[in-house]
Amino acid sequence: MNSMNEVEELRPVGETTQFIVIKLGDEQYGIDIKYIDNIVRMQHITRVPKVDDYLKGVINLRGEVIPVMSIRIKMGLERDVETKSSRIIILKLEQQGTIGVIVDEVREVVTLENDRIEKVAYDSKDENANFLCGVGKSEGGLISLLDLNSVVLESV
Amino acid sequence: MDVSQYLEIFLDETNEHLQNLNTQILSLEQDPENMDTINEIFRAAHSLKGMAGTMGYKRMQTLTHDMENVFSEVRNGNIKVKADMIDVLFQCLDALEEYNTNIRESSDEGTNDNGALIKRLNDIMGGGSGETSAPAPQEQAPQAQPEAAAVGGGFAGIKLNENQQSVLSEAIKQGKSVYGLTVKVQESCILKAARAFLVFKAIEETSEIIVSDPSSQDIEDEKFDLHFSLIIVSEAALGQVLSAAGAVSEIEDVSGSVLNLDDVGTAEPEESHAAETTEAVPEAPAETTPAEAAQTPAETAPAEAAQAPAPAAAPAVKKPPVNKPVVNRTVRVDIEKLDTLMNLVSELIIAKNSLVSASAMSGNSSQAVNEQIEYLESVTTSLHESVMKVRMVPIESTVNKFPRMVRDLQKKLGKKMELYMSGEETELDRTVVDQIGDPLMHLLRNSADHGLESAAVRKERGKPEVGSIFLDAYQDGNNVVIEVRDDGNGIDTKAVKNKAIERGVITPEQGEAMSEKEIINLLFNAGFSTAKVVSDVSGRGVGLDVVKSMIESLSGEVEVKSKLGEGSTWTIRLPLTLAIIQALMVEIGEEKYAIALGSIQTIEDILPSDVKLVQAKEVIQLRDLVIPLIRLNEILDIPSKKDPEENLVVVVVKKGDKLAGLVVDELIGQQEIVIKSLGKYISKCKIISGATVLGDGEVALILDANSLI
Repeated sequence: MNSMNEVEELRPVGETTQFIVIKLGDEQYGIDIKYIDNIVRMQHITRVPKVDDYLKGVINLRGEVIPVMSIRIKMGLERDVETKSSRIIILKLEQQGTIGVIVDEVREVVTLENDRIEKVAYDSKDENANFLCGVGKSEGGLISLLDLNSVVLESV
Repeated sequence: MDVSQYLEIFLDETNEHLQNLNTQILSLEQDPENMDTINEIFRAAHSLKGMAGTMGYKRMQTLTHDMENVFSEVRNGNIKVKADMIDVLFQCLDALEEYNTNIRESSDEGTNDNGALIKRLNDIMGGGSGETSAPAPQEQAPQAQPEAAAVGGGFAGIKLNENQQSVLSEAIKQGKSVYGLTVKVQESCILKAARAFLVFKAIEETSEIIVSDPSSQDIEDEKFDLHFSLIIVSEAALGQVLSAAGAVSEIEDVSGSVLNLDDVGTAEPEESHAAETTEAVPEAPAETTPAEAAQTPAETAPAEAAQAPAPAAAPAVKKPPVNKPVVNRTVRVDIEKLDTLMNLVSELIIAKNSLVSASAMSGNSSQAVNEQIEYLESVTTSLHESVMKVRMVPIESTVNKFPRMVRDLQKKLGKKMELYMSGEETELDRTVVDQIGDPLMHLLRNSADHGLESAAVRKERGKPEVGSIFLDAYQDGNNVVIEVRDDGNGIDTKAVKNKAIERGVITPEQGEAMSEKEIINLLFNAGFSTAKVVSDVSGRGVGLDVVKSMIESLSGEVEVKSKLGEGSTWTIRLPLTLAIIQALMVEIGEEKYAIALGSIQTIEDILPSDVKLVQAKEVIQLRDLVIPLIRLNEILDIPSKKDPEENLVVVVVKKGDKLAGLVVDELIGQQEIVIKSLGKYISKCKIISGATVLGDGEVALILDANSLI
């Protein structure tokens, strides 16, 4: 709930927010562009033993060691299948620092007016809804907007 | 007045002086008659006062002033050093420390006047001597006149080059005046360069500085004694310039006179006059004190200048060598700059590794390339070692405050104890030294409070009444070991066990099954304090668990050994460096791992039939030692690609006096690796201490042998 309030405050009506539209399976998700540091091609991920399943390991990004996680596993979807269009999106978050997330495909950048973003009703039955902070309506259809903080948050 | 740029230096030096005072007062307590110590204390207090005054910290200045007065009396033999005086002095140091902390945090000294302390200091003065009204007279006494005079004509000694001469004559043509100035800084002034800077600034408001002696660079670097001289061009009257410069605080004297171009211009040819004229030199400027100059502007000065056309000739007569500025052989460097340097060295080593693997990959590398790569390798290794050494400081700076602390504890706890330290010169990375203080302090307090028995009990047990605490530091391979040892009661495992059961940390059944060692390790559990009475000293909730986690955050570890009735030993083991290590690369399944070379004892080739089972655990026997085997592929969840019939490659690692054999699939080789943190996001994995980027750009994980054992 907290994050939703924040979202509201940050986006006064009439202003726009840019999202990068990604695909996980058949669904489109949006990631707020301000958190994105970089998008890199899929590369060899060094596995780290004895950690949660969704943490895929670490990669070398220009000499820095960056952890990489799978949104799919975190959200309870099927495991990632690496294809040509797979990408790792490098996020820069205030709390967790730099983290890479694996997506099936990066599609485009959309600019949404803030009044075209709707909050999602909180539904405790639908676990995945917890990872969303809203739904945006664009010409390309509906985009589920990811709440990165809860996606990245360590599961207990 | 802007002194902020000197704040850092001020804080550093204040710290040093405080530390020095602490040490000296401690030794004064042992040897109250030692004049050297008393003088040293007086000097340190005096410097502190001067520095605080310069920076405008009035309260700090007042307190140090009164301390200095006390020492001055002690020095003159009017007061004898007594125990209660030492106590007051220590309290003063604490108060100063507090000011210092306040200044560090907010660049303000705070509002605590410490009136009570000052009163006690004055009482000591009053009680001890009867002549309370004699606060260090030597301070006010103006500096011996002749000395001032001897260098008084300093500005006249300045040689001008052609360029500067033409500037001067140009200025005179424009109707401006040329003045020579000599400025004398008070002897007590600490930041002379700062003062000089302010004088320069004041003068530059009305005038243009043509040349200075020593050069402005040397003045900035404080490479001058108490005097410096200037030749300036100004439209203002001389008196105005003199009073502006004299208004800067801690400037004792500014003298000057008008120069006409002939004086300066004819400087060199007139060498022959030098001998006669030197007499005139000292007189003229020395008389023109700032006050006078202010009252009698310009008029008197030209007269004097005319009367003594000689000053300019002075260069021929070499100035008496004023105490040569001692050129400092060390530099203070911001630790951040060292961090940057270390990062760059890391980058370089990664690049070097890439080069090595690229050249190996291409396969057709010539002899020359290989030689150059080897050369590069040795250069980067020595570069890394040098940078590492620069970052190393003796732990002295941290442990020096402990004797004082133990002395305070002794009074507070009413026990008799003595602290023996050795290996203060042992060096560690600066970051580690800065952070190891708190855990060590906690362990020492712990020993003093929980470990040592009271004098009565000790006597009963046939031990010397005075308890001993030892702090030993030494280097052991790639580690630095710091031991805190006491000859006290040791750890009462039964009490610990009962307490743990009482607190619900373990069940009674678990308690039964636990070994002594396991029970002692319970002490590191959060919120565990065995002292029956919570004292001011320990048991404030900051427990050994914090000590442990602090040490672990420095990639170190802590262990405790104890014998009931005989004492306990706490052993802290820290890595020498945090950034770059030599490592053995190994392969397990398809994955590559690094093991720090420092923890490796030997590498063994073991027949599968030599693996024995002891208590259902695999062990090998090696030269009379039974070593437990750890199959890394099982621990790391990697399918081994090796045939179980093949010989085992066992890397024997040690931690303290414990050994373990790590079974790997294959050895790759030794390599210098740069340790990168996995980040807090992946912190759950205890057996991995970090990651490193290999030459081919791949990431390899570093196994923490210590946590495996």
